[in-house]
Amino acid sequence: MFRIVSLVAALSVFWILMSGFFTPFLLAAGLGSALCVAWLAHRMDVIDREGHPFHLTWSAVSYWPWLIREILKSALDVARIVLDPRLPVSPTVVRFSPRQKTTVGLVTHANSITLTPGTLSIEVGHDHFTVHALTREAAAAVASSEMDRRVERFEGSA
Amino acid sequence: MSLALEVLSWALIVAGGAFCVIGGIGLLRLKGFYTRTHAASVIDSAGAGLLLAGLMLQAGWTLTCVKLAVIGVLIFFASPTATHALANAALVRGLRPDADPEGEPSKR
Repeated sequence: MFRIVSLVAALSVFWILMSGFFTPFLLAAGLGSALCVAWLAHRMDVIDREGHPFHLTWSAVSYWPWLIREILKSALDVARIVLDPRLPVSPTVVRFSPRQKTTVGLVTHANSITLTPGTLSIEVGHDHFTVHALTREAAAAVASSEMDRRVERFEGSA
Repeated sequence: MSLALEVLSWALIVAGGAFCVIGGIGLLRLKGFYTRTHAASVIDSAGAGLLLAGLMLQAGWTLTCVKLAVIGVLIFFASPTATHALANAALVRGLRPDADPEGEPSKR
């Protein structure tokens, strides 16, 4: 029940932010649309821990700033490689077992790897990830990384 | 808008634009599908992110700023998913990722 209420609230806020109109009719239309969507989602049985991971809001707020810093750092690394006249790339494939157990945790980890320039998750399973890296150094830093630990904490705080 | 905000905003926009250009150069210079994907991910992670951050500072505390943030969150979730789908499709199709860095990747 709490999950449905939070979904309706989130969708209504989203409507208001997107429309920018505050007439009673449009606000009511927004609330009505939010209720419709929540009802359909409830009937489809997708308002669960995976479909609406509301409980992860606070851990996401603490994880994302770290991830953004990592993205900028590795974007600079890749930019330096691309602009280097010698083009020092050493494409490497690495397989490893992630620590996460939940689907949301695994997806977050795989997405974080892909978001970070220089590393790319090309195959994702429950017990192994296959990651393509632009350099040997980047590949070495992927397995049992700080990202792995942080995502584990991120899903663990659920 | 204060001068400091203006300077910061334009610094972010210029940095984002620079990352987009560098990503484009990388797409041209690197060889092979998987390595080129790395260059593309510079564009949609760092390039688009910094551009949006700079534009949000330009917009100030308005609904436009919120909309830019929503676009950022959308890219944040959709772009790695699309990149992974592309790379995984290539892998399943038989494009070997362990090709040598000099030439074109070998096909199985």
